[in-house]
Amino acid sequence: MARSSSKDAQDLFRALWSAYAATPTNLKIIDLYVMFAVFTALIQVVYMALVGSFPFNSFLSGVLSCVGTAVLAVCLRIQVNKENKEFKDLAPERAFADFVLCNLVLHLVIMNFLG
Amino acid sequence: MARYLGGLLVLLFAASICGAVTIPGPVSDAHRSAASELFDGSFSSLEEAYEALRVFEILAIGNKPDVSATACKKVVENLGSSSPVKDLFYALKVNGILKCKVNADVFKDIAVRLKATVTDASTLVDMYYSIGSLVLIKDQVSDVDVLLADADGTFHSIKALSQSDGRWRYSSDNPESSTYAAGLALEALAGVISLASSEIDLSRVKTVKNDILKLFDSIEKYDDGTFYFDEKFVGGSEHQGSLSTTSSVVRGVIAFTSVISGKVNLPGDKVLGLAKFFLGIGIPGDAKDFFNQVESLALLENNRVSIPLVLSLPETVYSLSKRDQLKVRVNTVLGSASPPLTVKLVRAFRSDAKDSVIIESKELQYDKSNGIHVLEVFPDNVDVGTYVFVFEIVLHDSAGEKVFATGGQIHVPIYVTGIIEVSNAEIAVLDSDLGSVETQKKLDLAGNVVVELSANHLQKLRFSFQLKTPHGHAFKPHQAFFKLKHETKHEHIFVVGNTGKKFEIVLDFLGLVEKFYYLSGRYDIELTVGDAVMENSFLRPLGHVDLELPEAPEKAARLPPLPVDPYLRYGPKAEIAHIFRAPEKRPPQNLSLTFLSLILLPFIGFLVGLLRLGVNLKNFPSSAAPAAYAILFHLGIAAVLLLYVLFWLKLDLFTTLKTVGLLGVFLMFVGHRILSHLASTSSKLKSA
Repeated sequence: MARSSSKDAQDLFRALWSAYAATPTNLKIIDLYVMFAVFTALIQVVYMALVGSFPFNSFLSGVLSCVGTAVLAVCLRIQVNKENKEFKDLAPERAFADFVLCNLVLHLVIMNFLG
Repeated sequence: MARYLGGLLVLLFAASICGAVTIPGPVSDAHRSAASELFDGSFSSLEEAYEALRVFEILAIGNKPDVSATACKKVVENLGSSSPVKDLFYALKVNGILKCKVNADVFKDIAVRLKATVTDASTLVDMYYSIGSLVLIKDQVSDVDVLLADADGTFHSIKALSQSDGRWRYSSDNPESSTYAAGLALEALAGVISLASSEIDLSRVKTVKNDILKLFDSIEKYDDGTFYFDEKFVGGSEHQGSLSTTSSVVRGVIAFTSVISGKVNLPGDKVLGLAKFFLGIGIPGDAKDFFNQVESLALLENNRVSIPLVLSLPETVYSLSKRDQLKVRVNTVLGSASPPLTVKLVRAFRSDAKDSVIIESKELQYDKSNGIHVLEVFPDNVDVGTYVFVFEIVLHDSAGEKVFATGGQIHVPIYVTGIIEVSNAEIAVLDSDLGSVETQKKLDLAGNVVVELSANHLQKLRFSFQLKTPHGHAFKPHQAFFKLKHETKHEHIFVVGNTGKKFEIVLDFLGLVEKFYYLSGRYDIELTVGDAVMENSFLRPLGHVDLELPEAPEKAARLPPLPVDPYLRYGPKAEIAHIFRAPEKRPPQNLSLTFLSLILLPFIGFLVGLLRLGVNLKNFPSSAAPAAYAILFHLGIAAVLLLYVLFWLKLDLFTTLKTVGLLGVFLMFVGHRILSHLASTSSKLKSA
């Protein structure tokens, strides 16, 4: 029973992976970027858990920078995905321009808050 | 030390007594040095210059600052031009003292102008200045015609401004009457009389005499016989103080009485009271006040009404131990010698008992060499205390009674001091219930012996002594204090009461434990005996007593905080210690660096992932213009990010925002270009 369930799980993951392999490369790049941002944020959280939250604003700005940019990247991914009919009329270049602008504004605030 | 302090006390008392004497002395050298300081030779107007010169002239000050050159220059300037009458008036006054070189024709021109002003003038002040100026010209130059043709009319027009109470109005359309104006008017009237070409109607002069008498009815008075004039109304634009008002009246009355033939019968005590008023001011700090005071005194010194004589005492303290003489000085107000006279001591009595006359009618001997009157033999029956001596001035020449104002009987407070004998001082500790003496010690309060005692709360402390005057009477001083001072600086002061001849204080410690806050330990004892007439007032330590008091019960009153020493207020303040926030604990540096490198791991993962995905730059535009835009776009983003780093490191928000705005515009331009190019190519691909 147990063996079959682990095998099932393996099958499930394999199916998922193969399905994901069909994703367009540009979406994969964005996924990679999101993963990068999330992991960076996690490392900072771990660091804070270890040494305490003394320059709290610095910690916040570091983590929020990562989380914010990840959220923006997810937004970009939604808009760029061709299967989302909602954004059919929106050119991916326009979505990228939004992404760049939002990132710049976000980081201006982050830098101001960094102290 | 204690004796020294006691002596100091006596000195202070003596000083305060001397300061409180009601009879001020005549003008002295203190006035002269004050004048030299006050009038330092700098003046902004001729009025000030005149005041300074006049004060120097009256007080006969030798080393005055030489102002004649500058002042004369100003005088000539003012006399030549058509300056206002007031300036002319003071220019002539200064000229009267300095005798500047002025062309005689100038005086003639001025005289003509002034005469015209006199007939046209509508206000009292204008008349005062123009008539005064004419009088001054008359005194200074002989061959100028200054006589008034219509003196009667001028006299009448000034007199028309007078009020029924002897005061004057400044002009006919001003209903307010003023005492100061009365002084000006009287001086102007005196000027008119001396300038008149024909005799003024005697009846008119008589009415003015009556006005003067009425004016003196409104004189104000202090209780000590000082008289002065003051303005009745307050709030007028030209309100004058009582000093300038009084001196204006004095100037006017004396000028008027010196030009008329008869005598004005002013009461001598009022004239003396005026002199007292001017002398009582002391030394004014203001130049104008100083001038008013000194000039009025100079006028009183030599006038036709009555010349006040001032009786003053160099010292109002007579010491029985020194046995010196009681001296009395009689001078005129400016301090010059009086006519031959005798000072009589009418009587003397204790200030607290009017009918206890100790001396009666004694004549003081005149010491010619020093010019003072001396009471040579001080009566033996006078004990220490405060007395009132009543003096009377008797002029040798009986005709002088009309010329001089002596003021009748003059009351002077005199302090007779002496050494008080302190005897039978005794300090003892008694048992409370039986009253039996446990320890008893005699004390010599004149010496420095101190005692050491010990007592508990069931015992009593008794301290007693006797005070005797030089005549053997019991003496009751102003102060007799017994002080206990604990080691902790808490002190308790008791008044030593007297029973007949003996001063005694009994401290029952049982009743005092609460007052002492149950503080056991060593108490220092101090005794203060002091009085204004006691030459040997003292404050001395008597020793100490070790007190054993019971433990304080729960509910006992708390020990009050010690009063703050007033001298500490002026000392250095306690240093202020600043409290800073302790710096936060920082993690070890290695840990932080490790995590810095850990942060790089996802980034490397990101790059590796990109490689694995086979990312390429094939979509990068190949033609020149879009490629340039693409490069510029990336450079622009890089520039903004670099600016952010700079913002974090050193720039402020405003510079950053400005630069971001510029870069943003550039970025939008190139971004729009490259992205629209990319979009168009991809749409072309799609359509193709």
